[in-house]
Amino acid sequence: MALELSGVTKRFPGVIANNDVSLSVAPGEVVALLGENGAGKTTLMNILYGLYTPDEGTIKIDGEEIDLDSSADAIAAGIGMVHQHFMLVPVFTVTENVVLGQEPTGFGGVIDRDEARETVVEISERYNLQVDPDALIENISVGVQQRVEIIKVLDREARFVIFDEPTAVLTPQEVEEFFGIVEGLKNDGKGIIFITHKLGEALEVANRIVVMRGGKVVAEVTPDEVTRQDLADLMVGRSVDLTVAKGDAEPKSTVLVVRDLVVLDDRKVKAVDGVTFEVRAGEIVGIAGVQGNGQTELIEGITGLRPPLSGSVLIREEDVTDATPRELHRLGVSHIPEDRQESGLVLDFTVAENMILDSYYDRPYSRGLVMDWGVIHDTARGLVEQYDVRTPGIQVPVSNLSGGNQQKVIVAREFARDVALVIAAQPTRGIDVGSIEYIHTQIVAKRDAGAAVLVVSSELDEVRALADRILVLHHGKIVAEFAPDADVTDIGLAMLGSHE
Amino acid sequence: MSEPGTTEPQDPGPPAKPPWLARATGVGESTLRALVLPTLAFITALIIGALIIAVSDVDNLRILFAEPGTALGNMVEEVARSYRALFNGAVGSINAISETLFATTPLLLAGLGIALGFRAGLFNIGAQGQMLIAGIAAAYVGIYVSAPAIVHIPLTILAGLAGGMIWGGLAGVLKARTGAHEVITTIMGNFIALFLVQWLLTTEAIQDPGRNNPVSAALSGSAVLPRLFGSEYRVTIGFLIAIAGVFVLHWLLFRSSFGFELRAVGSNPQAGSYAGMNVAIVVTLVMALAGGLAGIAGANQVMGLPPFKASPALAGSVGFDAITVALLGRSNPVGVMWAALLFGALSAGGRVMQGAAQVPIDLVVVLQALIVIFVAAPGLIRAIWRVKGEPEEATQLTTGWGS
Repeated sequence: MALELSGVTKRFPGVIANNDVSLSVAPGEVVALLGENGAGKTTLMNILYGLYTPDEGTIKIDGEEIDLDSSADAIAAGIGMVHQHFMLVPVFTVTENVVLGQEPTGFGGVIDRDEARETVVEISERYNLQVDPDALIENISVGVQQRVEIIKVLDREARFVIFDEPTAVLTPQEVEEFFGIVEGLKNDGKGIIFITHKLGEALEVANRIVVMRGGKVVAEVTPDEVTRQDLADLMVGRSVDLTVAKGDAEPKSTVLVVRDLVVLDDRKVKAVDGVTFEVRAGEIVGIAGVQGNGQTELIEGITGLRPPLSGSVLIREEDVTDATPRELHRLGVSHIPEDRQESGLVLDFTVAENMILDSYYDRPYSRGLVMDWGVIHDTARGLVEQYDVRTPGIQVPVSNLSGGNQQKVIVAREFARDVALVIAAQPTRGIDVGSIEYIHTQIVAKRDAGAAVLVVSSELDEVRALADRILVLHHGKIVAEFAPDADVTDIGLAMLGSHE
Repeated sequence: MSEPGTTEPQDPGPPAKPPWLARATGVGESTLRALVLPTLAFITALIIGALIIAVSDVDNLRILFAEPGTALGNMVEEVARSYRALFNGAVGSINAISETLFATTPLLLAGLGIALGFRAGLFNIGAQGQMLIAGIAAAYVGIYVSAPAIVHIPLTILAGLAGGMIWGGLAGVLKARTGAHEVITTIMGNFIALFLVQWLLTTEAIQDPGRNNPVSAALSGSAVLPRLFGSEYRVTIGFLIAIAGVFVLHWLLFRSSFGFELRAVGSNPQAGSYAGMNVAIVVTLVMALAGGLAGIAGANQVMGLPPFKASPALAGSVGFDAITVALLGRSNPVGVMWAALLFGALSAGGRVMQGAAQVPIDLVVVLQALIVIFVAAPGLIRAIWRVKGEPEEATQLTTGWGS
């Protein structure tokens, strides 16, 4: 009564993504599959879900060997998958999305909506998955959308459920609720594989933890016999530093002043509603908050990408409220955008081209119209070396790099000059432990070199690890300030707006 | 984090040293590889074209079952005769080559302009209108200015360039200022240009005296482009200007900071503006430059094509064929050059084929369309010819091997 993979090997041109991997999950068991980006977790799951065919190895259910040639085969075999990016139709209701593809039909092929709705209600009550069956997907939060995905899987009578990075998009509160749901599924006898690169989650929910690295299973442990540190070391293959090593801040003169700033979002609603704060040289100010509370607009307002409605922004006493991004760049502002692929990189461009994306127009990279590719390539080679960017070369498109290395390209570009102010938005979102450690170290180094640093992150742990002061943003307003060692619950409550 | 088992870091390193011109502009880099698929597309199109020729003769079809041998023999003969005529008409003699290059010149110039737009993410449908405005601007200067040829010719070309730049730049300004989509504004610009030119050509200032229809007077002799192979052959120095355009554009795109900017904006405008680029200015400039290139093509039509008069038909279908040329050349200046030469050859050869083999010139249009379809659907050509695709173009079910 179990799902077993044995000796699974999958090769891609130039890469062995899975090398002799064995894994099993029994009903009523939660197995965490832990590994960094590129460790081969997703390949393995795509094999289990019938999207890839393994080159070697077998998949067995209840001791019987099965062939999975498509996701339909996987569903038929009782394997369900909740993807990292949800597969829902935004303009359909919850019920419609659940039954999509296998709609219960009545006379003449008409969809039996009542029956479909009943199924959804029944599943959601049984597993305590609170959803409104008639709500449109586009109107419900990401956490609820995930529940819809889970209901979808359960509706297809899955006995084994695979979750691919399920908490990446959830708020801390939603994560807690999600763990409750996993517990419920487990108690109902489902076998669960939980893919993650977050150590705490693996320790919290799993009965067994399988650690993958470089396409191989490097360890199989139970949560009570390891620590976070052990897991991190296993994942990365060397000893890593989980806490950000930093001394006390020595704040000096004020660099950034934001005063009564009001910024509209795309719908012309006040996303930033009268925000005032300062960042001084030599300190890191962290802005915590649940995603969508005005963080994006605040940063775009400061960095010249979205003209503020009112209020002012000063850098070293100079009014830069209406400055362009290039003028800010010249003033020594470094910006790590929150979405590296949308705003930080030109994915078709090479690593070298991305390294000079904001400084290409001036010496030493160009004189007038003439670019000096010799200098550019030398610089890029130096930065790749200095910032430990793992790439086959500086002339490959940056899209070929892993997320962590793409982020390092941005950090290298933004940090390799004299910087007065660093604005880092979600600087480590979705990247591996090794890269997180590295980027955190670089940010602290910039602070110690005298830069003012503003870190915005929806990961509370990250804000707490980096910041010397924490500001909480809620509904476009700063509702509280905390010291980094403040109680997590207090900060969490402030993030939800229930802080007096 | 590197992918598991990734091969050792390999920097492609500096490319082999090409001659000075290639080094200066970067022309010659990996063009050979890019030519494989278009070549196969061309061959496939010729094969399908042969089938069309074979079945287009009713007499042969009538006897196909009664006397299959004779019918098939006739068909093969007919195909061979047609393609021989096509080939001879394109490159079979000095005159054929001259005609090919003559037809290539405006296609290449306008095609470069459209390719430039593509690189910046702009779909410029307006080469036709830009050519018309440029043509009439060139006509004014060519008729009214009197100067020695050495001054008059560049001046007339500049007038065309300026006319095209203004017409293209207008669409750019509209896009940058108001977000109006360039596809709409350039198509509408084509209509406005056509009727504006039609009206202007009936005004006393420029209309050919004694004519009722919209035709300008002839340019003065000092504004006519000199012929390249002597007076018997129609190709002019306009072809050399177009070839120079290939090198200039290649340099601009891949060696200049403006090219860097426009490629960045074309590929990811948001990242461009985050990096401090002014997307509005880039869009305006690119549209103006693209219009300028089409404008030189327009001037070429007045200055190089007897009887050296501007008319509403001066652009022919060049403005639209140039879009195809730019697509076929994958928006790479060198690729555009080969595509324009191919289309020029088909057009010159097609006329001879029509005369010698009674195959309608429409077949050439069919061939052109087939080539473009196959180039646009590389998967089809790969499947037919079993060419191995680059892995990144393979159908992807997920976003990566890991993560």
